[in-house]
Amino acid sequence: MTTKFISIEGIAKRYPASQGPGATTIFEDLWLSMPSGEFGCIIGHSGCGKTTVLNILAGLDEPSEGTVIVDGQAIAGTSLDRAVIFQSHALLPWLTVMGNIAYAVSSKWRKWDKTKVRAHAQTYIDKVGLTGSEHKRPSELSGGMKQRVGIARALSITPKIMLMDEPFSALDALTRGTLQDEVRRVTLETGQTTFMITHDVDEAMYLADKIFLMTNGPGAVLAEIVENPLPRDRSRIDLHKHPHYYALRNHIIDFLVTRSKTFTATTPHHDPRHVPVIRPAFTEAPTMPSLHSATR
Amino acid sequence: MIKSLRFRAAVVSIAIFLAFIGVWHLATRQTASVGTMSPEYAKLMGLTATSGKSAMPGPLDVGAKLWEHLKRPFYDNGPNDKGLGIQLGYSIGRVGLGYLIAVIVAIPLGFLIGMSPLMNKALDPFIQVLKPISPLAWMPLALYTIKDSSLSAIFVIFICSVWPMLLNTAFGVAAVRKEWINVARTLEVGTFRRAFTVILPAAAPTILTGMRISIGIAWLVIVAAEMLVGGTGIGYFVWNEWNNLSITNVIIAILMIGVVGMLLDQILARFTRMVTFPE
Repeated sequence: MTTKFISIEGIAKRYPASQGPGATTIFEDLWLSMPSGEFGCIIGHSGCGKTTVLNILAGLDEPSEGTVIVDGQAIAGTSLDRAVIFQSHALLPWLTVMGNIAYAVSSKWRKWDKTKVRAHAQTYIDKVGLTGSEHKRPSELSGGMKQRVGIARALSITPKIMLMDEPFSALDALTRGTLQDEVRRVTLETGQTTFMITHDVDEAMYLADKIFLMTNGPGAVLAEIVENPLPRDRSRIDLHKHPHYYALRNHIIDFLVTRSKTFTATTPHHDPRHVPVIRPAFTEAPTMPSLHSATR
Repeated sequence: MIKSLRFRAAVVSIAIFLAFIGVWHLATRQTASVGTMSPEYAKLMGLTATSGKSAMPGPLDVGAKLWEHLKRPFYDNGPNDKGLGIQLGYSIGRVGLGYLIAVIVAIPLGFLIGMSPLMNKALDPFIQVLKPISPLAWMPLALYTIKDSSLSAIFVIFICSVWPMLLNTAFGVAAVRKEWINVARTLEVGTFRRAFTVILPAAAPTILTGMRISIGIAWLVIVAAEMLVGGTGIGYFVWNEWNNLSITNVIIAILMIGVVGMLLDQILARFTRMVTFPE
């Protein structure tokens, strides 16, 4: 990690107790950084505060302590540099597909005239495969198409970072798969720095370059950073045939099933500023002879 | 043969209407039994005694009179004899003006209350106390301060139509989905642009519902208000015709009040449909 494009520095989130003094700590002393052009994924159980981390990154929420630095500047509030793809797609139902994207485009480039805004929006509608549905309203679209509009809206403002909060969790498995392909293609094409929240291990393994494992809340900590050992040109179809696949998957599953609960107790000297970086790899003798070993 | 529901409903409606008219006609028709009396006495007794005619007009009387009114809706024979169209025009004008002022006051104020929890809490006691006051209770105060009966009627319309709009606007604005607000926030949309491009369209169906309730209340209240202030308007017309003992005209006025009220409601319903979005 040479550059720190995104740098989360010692943030904490506490909520005042409903009665009496004291506060509930969701997470504290969270340090995390990511270089430009990478795809990062936070994975953890419900209640570990991963959505709060994303909202703080987006500027929609404020940390109780600590700061977030993006591209050399501490963030203060929301910004057009950080686009959010919401879990519930959050399209404005009174606007058409074109209207929703044009709204974002004209918010970023306020001096653009209508034709320029529409032309710009159209390129992103085409990019997510919604050509021909420009004049439909969100209520006329399927869940997958709605989320495509959400993605197009986020991309259309050419943000420095794209933030995704469990964007595909409300979709059926098939649609989710195709949208993951889209996102992977688009982010690779544009070199988009992306930060995503998920609880789907396979999704994280397919999309992310780095997977951030969080322990259970309250009092959640960032336990490990897992570097994805799978090749960059991986495809969703034969991902599971890669020799490192099960090493990576088992490592994450083990963490989610057992270590996320016991991590704090079993690791007393965990230094939140220097979280171990792990690169799970295939070590035993291959049991599937038809596969050649990893290139890296 | 099964016709559409609409058609069958229309048939039933017409049947009910005809049955009502029939019963009305039978109940008020001329009865044959008229006692013999001296012509002098008969003159004093009037039609009810001499020809068995009911004091209550029948549907044919009302229909004939209504046709007369509809033929000449805008005649003006002085202060106590004006066409129905003129009287309704006065009432609609007062309602329109009072209602318009209420819109101008209630919607921005509702936005303020809906967007600011502080103002919501601060203004809540005033609204809670002022809202349940019968609009006509304001009339003496209005007459004393404004010193003009026509303007007082407009004030009464204003005060009665402001509350549903205010409360619905505040509720609609406060209930705008957080995610839509967050979209605007992440796009760095300023407060004013956000109010017009996100909050207004999102809250518009609720606001229009409040406006529809308000126009209904305003039309209810104008009749009572005009009975008090007098001079012109459909409410005054009803009271004047009662003093003239013209039940026919009273019935016609009641019918007209209903028709105009329905039209006002339909106009607002159409506006509501225009701003409603499917989700």
